[in-house]
Amino acid sequence: MRTWITPGGVHPPENKHQSLTMPIGTLPLPEKLLIPLSQHIGTPAVPCVEVGKKVLKGQKIAEASGPLSVPMHAPTSGTISAIEHRPIAHSSGMLAPCIEITSDGRDKWKKHEGFKDVENATPAALVKAIGDAGIAGMGGAGFPSAVKLSPGYQRPIHTLIINATECEPYITADDSAIRERAAEIIEGIGILSHILGNPSNIMIGIEDNKPEAIAALEPHVEDTGISVVSFPTKYPSGGEKQLIYILTGKEIPSGDLPADIGMVCVNIGTTYAVKRAIVDGEPLISRVTTMTGDACGINRNYETLIGTPVSHMLANSEFNKETCSRLVMGGPMMGFSLTSADVPIVKTTNCILAPSYDEIPDDEPAQPCIRCGMCAEACPVSLLPQQLFWYSQADDHERLEAHNLFDCIECGACSYVCPSNIPLVQHYRHSKGEIQKARAEKVRSDHARERFEFHQQRIEQAEKDKEAKRTARREAAEKAKAKAAASPEKSASTAGGGAADIIAAAQARAAAKKVSPEQQQAKFERSIAGAEMRLQMAEEKLADAGDGHSDEQKNILTAAVEGARQKLEQAKGRLAEHIKQHNGEQVD
Amino acid sequence: MIDAIAQQPILAALIALVGLGILFGALLGFAAEKFKVEGDPIVEQIDELLPQTQCGQCGFPGCKPYAESIASGDAINKCPPGGQATINAIANLLDVPAPELDAEHGEEADVRTVAYIREDECIGCTKCIQACPVDAILGAAKLMHTVIADECTGCDLCVEPCPVDCIDMLPVEKTFKEWHWPAPPTTADLIASDRRPAA
Repeated sequence: MRTWITPGGVHPPENKHQSLTMPIGTLPLPEKLLIPLSQHIGTPAVPCVEVGKKVLKGQKIAEASGPLSVPMHAPTSGTISAIEHRPIAHSSGMLAPCIEITSDGRDKWKKHEGFKDVENATPAALVKAIGDAGIAGMGGAGFPSAVKLSPGYQRPIHTLIINATECEPYITADDSAIRERAAEIIEGIGILSHILGNPSNIMIGIEDNKPEAIAALEPHVEDTGISVVSFPTKYPSGGEKQLIYILTGKEIPSGDLPADIGMVCVNIGTTYAVKRAIVDGEPLISRVTTMTGDACGINRNYETLIGTPVSHMLANSEFNKETCSRLVMGGPMMGFSLTSADVPIVKTTNCILAPSYDEIPDDEPAQPCIRCGMCAEACPVSLLPQQLFWYSQADDHERLEAHNLFDCIECGACSYVCPSNIPLVQHYRHSKGEIQKARAEKVRSDHARERFEFHQQRIEQAEKDKEAKRTARREAAEKAKAKAAASPEKSASTAGGGAADIIAAAQARAAAKKVSPEQQQAKFERSIAGAEMRLQMAEEKLADAGDGHSDEQKNILTAAVEGARQKLEQAKGRLAEHIKQHNGEQVD
Repeated sequence: MIDAIAQQPILAALIALVGLGILFGALLGFAAEKFKVEGDPIVEQIDELLPQTQCGQCGFPGCKPYAESIASGDAINKCPPGGQATINAIANLLDVPAPELDAEHGEEADVRTVAYIREDECIGCTKCIQACPVDAILGAAKLMHTVIADECTGCDLCVEPCPVDCIDMLPVEKTFKEWHWPAPPTTADLIASDRRPAA
């Protein structure tokens, strides 16, 4: 079968034989497993268990949140011992929400069963089952498979490509899985083909450095319409767009997906997970991971439970910390250094590399660019890495985008060939981040501008409304005044009459207040009677006190009698004066 | 007609030129009316580059007024929230040298902050609501107020009017989505003439 050749590419030492000497092994059950809630592209899953709850192997512990998300399942039976932020395998070294399970050692499965009649199951039901099994692309990007398998009726799929390239050095996870599980993998491809409406063209793309794997596949693909296509080994052939070009000669336009030209590309590890999910009803709780590097005594592939700490894997592989230059998750070209060995294996971890200082020495200091152009020759996407490097250093976002920075697949071929040891990919990653940040800020500032303008408009409107009300009030007052001015006579007469009435009423009230002399005299007489009574009472008290009381008390009582007598005399005096006045008036 | 032109060539040329002049003049006048641009496009362009924090640190009541002022010749280095990146962008747009940020108007912050109201202490005076330029504070008189963090531009304007000082400017936590790779160390200048003179 004809294959095409991609531009650029490099041939780094393969170093794949070390980990292929033994079949896929299993690790002893780790004491604790740590399941990050975000192991895929998209929104993180949401925990559906509480701390202290007992779970069985395969039980769902976190729900998918939204369409671009996958659920998480317990990799073994045990107790949920923590739901908190922990370090995960991410180049930032930041903490992320995780669920920790303390294993009970029994590794007891929950009840599960797969589809009995896959042939007659609807594609929608199968896609839902794949989503519920928590399957995300296992090649490295972690794109939710259920989303990839529902391209929609507008985009009929004519070609299904299975990616078994595994072009990165050291990694042999797919190779060993094909050797041992070819039948299951082909079964998984059959299910995918059924879901996608039996595309006319199904190809397994594999590099020619895996003859054993090709030989293992061949007997199973007979009469299935699946073709195994091998092509010359070159890094990076395993990129989705690169592989599609190699197999079909078709290029996917910048920014488009393979589904836009009627193709779907799935990693071969994913097809095995699909088979397990559909036929056996087992969710994705383990994967094949390569443990390799000179710092480990045992180099081999393990069927690893998701959530196994890297340190547990190292401890079972005769790891020698002294000779290890760094810990890498992924391969030497595209992987990233781990800051801690306690981070867990996730759904996208295909390799843990523990190289010695001889294998991967520390980075040499970068020298100036000499414009040799070797990076441009190595670039598989036909970009101009040296130009991108200049613009990246100058933070010239416009030119970076004009030179298609976002088509860079970050394969690292340019950095690999650079004679000046310039970490080109790091520059591009940084610039991509900066541009995305600037875009996000632009969206935020546009939003703020809109809100500010609305705010201004609202204030102006409120001010206008107030002004309008004020004018309305003023006009109403003026109108009332004008009305009053129009009929002056009527208002004047009523005003004059009113004033006269008021004066008359006030005089009447003053007259009423004046008391007659007879009433006054009666008032004085009443006060004399009251004073006499009080004097009498005071004298009685003084008499009662007798000998039983102290001198002091007697003095007080005597003073009271004296005061009452004085008051009586005053009242009598006032009465006499009053009578004298009135008599005088009468005489006059 | 042709005879007339042949007899009076100068007059004919004059009439032709004047006629063309009137025709094109009318065309240009019509185009000027028909395709009239509302507002000053340079102000819009400058406003696009400003961070829209609406903080007033530049001394103008919002980003748009400052953009207008820049368009009429004001200094371009009065925007601390935008920082050097904004200054460079405006300098690029106006084709002028990019100055350093004017320290008089404030310093460029490393982390984005948003306002946060300590809700237990809020007395419901609505003073911060009135101060907010983007209507990002929710509340009513004598009821607790709160900030809509997603809408807050971190302009600081609500902190000052609060009579009980219950508003804090808290840094926004970095998420995985916002994280991106740091810049690698710059390459060494091996060639002597490439080295910058020590400042």
